[in-house]
Amino acid sequence: MSQPTPILSLQGVHKYFKAGRKTIRVLQDVSLEVAEGEIVCLVGESGCGKTTTGKIIAGLAAPTAGKVFFEGRDVSQLRGEDFRAYRRAVQIVHQDPYASLNPTQTLYRMLSFPLFRHRLVRNGAQARARVLELLQLVDLTPPEDFIDKFPHQLSGGQRQRVSIARALTVNPRLIVADEPVSMVDVSIRVSLLNTLSDLQRRLRLTFVFITHDLAVARYFAWEGRIAVMYLGRIVEIGSAPEVTAQPQHPYTRALITSLPEPDPELTRHKERLSLRSEDIPSLLRIPSGCAFHPRCPWHVPKVCDVTLPELAPTEGRSLAACHVTAQTSRHLEALSAQKA
Amino acid sequence: MTTATPSLAPLSRPRSGRLGGLWKAIRQHPSGAIGLFGVTFFLLMALIGPLIVPVPRVNVQARSQPPSFEHILGTDNQGKDIAAQIVHGSRPVITVAVLTGLITTAIAITLGALAAFWGGLFDRVVNSAANFVLTIPYLVAMTVLASFIRLNSPVTQALILSLWSWPVLMRTVRAQVLSLREREYVEAAVALNLGTPHIIFREILPNMASYIAISMILAMTSAIYAQIALITLGLVPLSDMNWGRMIFIARTTGAIYLTDTVWFILSPVMAIALFQWSLVTLARSIEDVFNPRLRSGA
Repeated sequence: MSQPTPILSLQGVHKYFKAGRKTIRVLQDVSLEVAEGEIVCLVGESGCGKTTTGKIIAGLAAPTAGKVFFEGRDVSQLRGEDFRAYRRAVQIVHQDPYASLNPTQTLYRMLSFPLFRHRLVRNGAQARARVLELLQLVDLTPPEDFIDKFPHQLSGGQRQRVSIARALTVNPRLIVADEPVSMVDVSIRVSLLNTLSDLQRRLRLTFVFITHDLAVARYFAWEGRIAVMYLGRIVEIGSAPEVTAQPQHPYTRALITSLPEPDPELTRHKERLSLRSEDIPSLLRIPSGCAFHPRCPWHVPKVCDVTLPELAPTEGRSLAACHVTAQTSRHLEALSAQKA
Repeated sequence: MTTATPSLAPLSRPRSGRLGGLWKAIRQHPSGAIGLFGVTFFLLMALIGPLIVPVPRVNVQARSQPPSFEHILGTDNQGKDIAAQIVHGSRPVITVAVLTGLITTAIAITLGALAAFWGGLFDRVVNSAANFVLTIPYLVAMTVLASFIRLNSPVTQALILSLWSWPVLMRTVRAQVLSLREREYVEAAVALNLGTPHIIFREILPNMASYIAISMILAMTSAIYAQIALITLGLVPLSDMNWGRMIFIARTTGAIYLTDTVWFILSPVMAIALFQWSLVTLARSIEDVFNPRLRSGA
């Protein structure tokens, strides 16, 4: 596939934290390419490393090993204005709308600081006009009612919109949205997701969308890709319709089959993938071989607990890190080769 | 709290500001109002009192008198009016207290915030210095210092007192900054590349404003005690009129034993106690002034 340089790419990124004498391996060998204008969803349980991946993408944490490339340039080599330009081009929207806004600032102050700091406006009148415009953009209307409010006067959903507006002040090109709707009332999730989709289209933004909720990922990234993470590794990656309709990795299957369907009849008769264990292993003691093997119903002794599977083509079009699917795929390939 | 409909004042900026908030806090907290009244009273006494009240004169005819219309707090053993001495003696005490409060807070915030933010060597040096200062017995050190340095200027006194009082506040500022810098809005400010000064002064410190104000007031109160202790022990030259000097003279002229000089020793003690009490009462209601949640809203 010859494509233009991806806006962002992670190559073999590892992130370890030290806890006393122990090492917590939060991310292991994560590689990911994000094309300009694309939506990539990182999905996984808590502790799977999706937030850390987001922080590394946004330059808020440095990888222990591996490289991050922004528009083909190694981020760790960027200095001075180049690094600041990258910083501004990648913005983050946090999960908790109650912790991500400074309680001592009005929305005007909060949103005008970055404008003045980066000389995006020349005077107070321009700043006010731009802040009103930004508030309008995130559907806080009429913006005049919001501009002089403090965060505590807003609801969770409204705060999250302010958080998005703040990220937009510096005209970013890539937004890392870390569970932007998980702490918002279910009733307004869809409208918030629609605002984000709308912004993505209008401003031609690239999104790395982090969520633990496959249903949210499926809704938001329908035209994008989904990367499923498990214990610090990407176990399956592919276009959203493929991953959700034909999940390859047993972990993805387990996630998909546990999703409730709008039709209760369907949910009741849905085939569940029963795991061998419900417990997520500790990051301090990641299982050998395939980290999913202690829970995997397809577990093949002496293969899965010994060798680490690599992301490989599967029956479907997505890539999965699983010995079983890889074998099936090889088998199918062999079959088609025989036929030919 | 947010019952007001947003469309009521769409164009005007409904900001009540610090002063409006202060007024609101006073209405809600009468004890804070009393504290504010007390502090204002003493500040006015120190500022304009000496201009109005004549300098007390020696009068051997009226020694050690109880309170009367002429001398509302009585007279001392030289026949000088005690009330006038309290007024004239307030200025040096309060000047040193305010200066010490300001200097202590400035040192503590600068060192604490930078130590938390930079970490590493700077953090270690500042912490070691704080530990070192905290282990020196303060009055003993003052006694030694007093024999080297002339402590007669209020600025020198304030500087020396601050030198001993910054570590406690510095540590708490450092701890608070360490906690606040992990907040997500600080991370957002880092991502927006707003710069370290912005992050410290605009994102972190405003969230500690009430804490800093309270700490400054408490630094003032301990500065008063320290200063009075120094004077009462005779470690500071007795050049000007001063509450501490009154206690010193009252004590050395035997006010502890003689019942008719009780007004002489009690008046400065009461003045100090009242001023301290006003400061502490004010400090308690300051939280509400700086908390935007309480400051604005209907």
